[in-house]
Amino acid sequence: MLLHFLQGCKSYFACTLLASFFVTRLEMLIPQVIRQTVDAVIGSGELNAPEPVRRWFFSAGGAAFFRNNLWAIALIILVMAFFLMVLIYLRGLASSLFAEKLKQKMREDLFYHIQRLPYAWHQENNTGDIIQRCTSDVERVRTFVSEQMISIVRIVIMVIMSLAFMFMMNPRLTLIAAIAAPIVVAYSVVFYGKIRSRFEVCDENEGILSTIVQENLTGVRVVRAFGREEFERERFEKQNTYYTGLWIHLIKLLSAFWSVSDFISGLQILLVLVLGSLFCVRGELTAGEYIAFISYNGMLIWPVRFLGRVISEMSKAGVSIDRIRYIMNSEPEHDCPDPVSREQTEQAAHGDIVFDHVSFAYENGKDILKDVSFKVKAGTTLGILGSTGSGKTTLMHLLNRLYELPPGNGSITLGGVNIADMRAQDLRNCIGMVLQEPFLFSRTIGENISIRNHSLPIDEIRRAAGIACVDESITEFKEGYDTMVGERGVTLSGGQKQRVAIARMLTQKSPIMVFDDSLSAVDSETDAKIRQQLHQSLGQSTVILISHRITTLMQADYILVLDKGQIIEEGTPKELESKGGMYRQIYDIQLGYAEI
Amino acid sequence: MDETVFKKEEQQYVKLPHFGIPKLIPYLKPLRKVIWSMVALSLLGGLIDTVMPLFQQYALNHFVQLSALDTLLPFILSYVAVLLTQTIGNLISAYQGGVIEMSVDRDMRRAAFDHLQTLSFSYFNQNSVGYIHSRVVSDTERIGSLVSWSLMDGVWNITYIIGALVIMFLLNWKMGLLVLILVPLTAIALGYFQGRLVRLNRRVREINSQITSGFNEGIIGAKTTKTLVAEERMDQDFRSTSREMTRAAVKTGHFRSLFASTISFASYITLALVLWRGGHITVSGLMELGTLAAFTAYALNLMEPLQWVVRALSDLITVQVNIERFTRLMETESDVSDRPEVIERYGDTFHPKKENWEELYGDVEFRDVSFMYPDGHEYVLEHFNLKIPQGTNVAVVGETGAGKSTLVNLVCRFFEPSAGQILIDGKDVRERSQLWLHSNIGYVLQTPHLFSGTIKENLLYGKPDATMREIEAAVKAVSADGIIARMEKGYDSDVGEGGDLLSTGEKQLLSFARAILSDPRIFVLDEATSSIDTVTEKLIQDAIEHLMKGRTSFVVAHRLSTIRQADLILVVRDGKIIEQGTHSELMKRRGYYYALYTRQFTEELMNSGAV
Repeated sequence: MLLHFLQGCKSYFACTLLASFFVTRLEMLIPQVIRQTVDAVIGSGELNAPEPVRRWFFSAGGAAFFRNNLWAIALIILVMAFFLMVLIYLRGLASSLFAEKLKQKMREDLFYHIQRLPYAWHQENNTGDIIQRCTSDVERVRTFVSEQMISIVRIVIMVIMSLAFMFMMNPRLTLIAAIAAPIVVAYSVVFYGKIRSRFEVCDENEGILSTIVQENLTGVRVVRAFGREEFERERFEKQNTYYTGLWIHLIKLLSAFWSVSDFISGLQILLVLVLGSLFCVRGELTAGEYIAFISYNGMLIWPVRFLGRVISEMSKAGVSIDRIRYIMNSEPEHDCPDPVSREQTEQAAHGDIVFDHVSFAYENGKDILKDVSFKVKAGTTLGILGSTGSGKTTLMHLLNRLYELPPGNGSITLGGVNIADMRAQDLRNCIGMVLQEPFLFSRTIGENISIRNHSLPIDEIRRAAGIACVDESITEFKEGYDTMVGERGVTLSGGQKQRVAIARMLTQKSPIMVFDDSLSAVDSETDAKIRQQLHQSLGQSTVILISHRITTLMQADYILVLDKGQIIEEGTPKELESKGGMYRQIYDIQLGYAEI
Repeated sequence: MDETVFKKEEQQYVKLPHFGIPKLIPYLKPLRKVIWSMVALSLLGGLIDTVMPLFQQYALNHFVQLSALDTLLPFILSYVAVLLTQTIGNLISAYQGGVIEMSVDRDMRRAAFDHLQTLSFSYFNQNSVGYIHSRVVSDTERIGSLVSWSLMDGVWNITYIIGALVIMFLLNWKMGLLVLILVPLTAIALGYFQGRLVRLNRRVREINSQITSGFNEGIIGAKTTKTLVAEERMDQDFRSTSREMTRAAVKTGHFRSLFASTISFASYITLALVLWRGGHITVSGLMELGTLAAFTAYALNLMEPLQWVVRALSDLITVQVNIERFTRLMETESDVSDRPEVIERYGDTFHPKKENWEELYGDVEFRDVSFMYPDGHEYVLEHFNLKIPQGTNVAVVGETGAGKSTLVNLVCRFFEPSAGQILIDGKDVRERSQLWLHSNIGYVLQTPHLFSGTIKENLLYGKPDATMREIEAAVKAVSADGIIARMEKGYDSDVGEGGDLLSTGEKQLLSFARAILSDPRIFVLDEATSSIDTVTEKLIQDAIEHLMKGRTSFVVAHRLSTIRQADLILVVRDGKIIEQGTHSELMKRRGYYYALYTRQFTEELMNSGAV
């Protein structure tokens, strides 16, 4: 799966490595220049360099020339430093391009995929957890690939090159110098491996401390009402002290580790200094080589220490990859292999809606619908009355296939075409639905209404808002239709939200419209006004009205009364009024004919 | 305070006198010895770092050039001695850095937490939990890290830079001068990049929070997106934020790389200068080879410490916001506080003098009370008068958001009246301590709030010294014994964070039990019975009746069927009391209460399946 995400940013990865290689190569070359300067220019030694360099050196005038014109050496270094600067910049840029493109691909693929997962999946999974996976875990994988992997490659290049240069100058001293490397790596791998569980304990306790604060703040009323401030303070203080102690202990271990590994590195440098001197005295090493050797040794020992830490932190990424994979491997919504065309669906949506012996149960749930059959004639209005949990919302979920009706549980057809044979998106395009607790996206009101078609002209938007009786409230806002909703803007009341949602649905111009208790937060006068305006503008649409309000339902052509997943009464409003069942009782209460 | 303000605040530049350090003194003072010691050790560390290349110089000049190994042993010994000093110094200063960081964190967190316990409700109403939470947790953390690690880095590296320059001057003043010119130039360049980086990082964090809310919306809004078939649109919008993020992040990367390459280049310019001029002097025999080598080592290593100094300074500037916010919290004064003479007699929040507390009987009176919320613009109560004799059951009804909790807030003294008095047992509530009043009130919330821990710990919240027998009696009184029996570990079962392992109904019953256990004289139920199933509701209904017997009680209710028996019903609309009386009086009136009641009755009728 990692390979999938890496597609499209591989070249940046290659660039990063390439730049890394050349940076290291140049960094390694500079001590050589110093060495040759010390030995062959300032000192009186031999120039110990590859043939082309020698030839150039002598053609320029040899040691004598450079001795009198040391600026030339400085110039050489400056030129190299300039290239180095450019390369370091390029390496940084390439690696951040790589990291960001990778992250971009991960988050966009995840978002795309999540949008297309079935509604049931969204119901089953915890929002906070999914967001965690899409943000923190993505970040961790990015760190792994773009920092840890690249660091390791860089360190390895650096170590190999340093060793190679050192080896060319003096193999024996190199071997002695290299002994420290595996010791330091092993030491830090073991240390970081051991200490990881302590870090986890610290994180855990930080979480507990944070929860105590959180609970104290959310429960501030309870704390005050019981007068338990003192207790809260003690509880907090206990955890506060404990957590602090844990960290201090951890820092003690860490500082011991840092100092010990500094000490080992320091000893290794001493070893090289002393043995190097001895080699020089014996004539096995020149002064320039000695200086260069010490520089290379510095490039060897520091990255090696870092390596141990990187290695021990890599395992965290594995867990994150698994957590992301869980999302990417979840099965998205799918249509039947051979769906009917979009035109056919649109045409069918202008026909009758028929539920034929539909039964349905949510996963692990009780039977929510039991053998429900009814028919809504094209262009008519169906009213549904029922209590919470009676199954009315489930009916609507099945109608627009937020939940799929499993085979053998009856059928739902539009104009004679089974909805299972349509493409889910085509079907939903034909069904405008307003939910009881509508969700508005955090963008402007205008954008919310025109969410499906952002080229919708403003007067179309206003017309829809006008029908939903919300145009007036919107224009009262300072920024009108450009007012932001939600987190970053104004908070709309429940009734305003419902009306904006109705306006949004109206711009869809769909042949079937469903109002799922969608005027519950609007007062009855506005409710009546909206219904009247809707009635005029709906035209030929088939309408399903779910409501608790008798006055709303009275406008329907036909009414179903639903209880515990079954239809217990049905008929025209007039028929039900005269029947004396549940509908009638509620009718009496709401219209004030009954004494309670 | 809403999220917008919160986010804007994150981006503020704040300038405090003396970088706000005086505000931190109370937290630094107890640690002053450790801080001084850490600063001293950092100085030492920086000095030792400057001395280290001298060993190389000596080895070159003495061993290599002169081939004299006579001083090899003292050389090794003194190197080891310096190395050991450095190791021990590092060990101690790193440890002390940790101690300072964590202790400052701890003390500031404690101060903030304690202060929050005394603030009035208006503070909690005006600031979101998330906002306050990050004052206690994140601001303190950033300040702690400033006074430890940034301080250490700053001292250490400044010492190194000064030390290195001094040694260079001593070795050869002309060359020292040459290098000295480069230092301020580089520092200015680095300062510029660092400034840009800080701003860019802010921008990245800002877009990052947009990405998180994008995901949030994509998931929470999934149902709506699907019904509207707006997947494509959502993708497009998310992608544009995502691309913006990539651009900003790459730009940050660009500056970071410029930063790194500038340092590298500056180092090599110094090196080139040293080789050029130093080489010259060496050739003419005025300087030894080892000294030249030492110079090159200093030249190469001078620029990185500069980077650390710049970073430490920029930390000092960015942390100003955190210091300012923390200070603001600490300087917020409670608008409900006990008078000195009241504290004198009854004790304060953390040190109650229970021996002076009187019994509370339960008469409550509103005398000419006017009230406006501190963040409000109009009076919600004006010259309100009401006498509530002991044992009366008062219900407050109205639609969600109508302001039903106001009366309760006043009786509990979560707020104080703008004018007029509230009397309990004939005495102004302000004449006795908040803690005295609160200890006599039983309070059950709409969203029952339990704390992480066991069931028993939660029940004991209102009365820590209750016996097991008392607990069992309380649990039985509200018919919550069934819950305990179902739990694997009985009373010792964990309830999870905020009680999440229990259902809302269960939490509600337990919070009733908790209230009854504390045996309060005044009972407050704030929308305590909303959103639970009918079976549990019946249980709770019985529990409430049991609870309220013989006590003055206030029931804030959304469900009207639960308060029909109340002695007095107050009907609230748009924050104001518009009707009052008993159920039958109000029904006869056919006013607002009647409308509310009939509407709810229908719904309940259907839900209970009573037809």
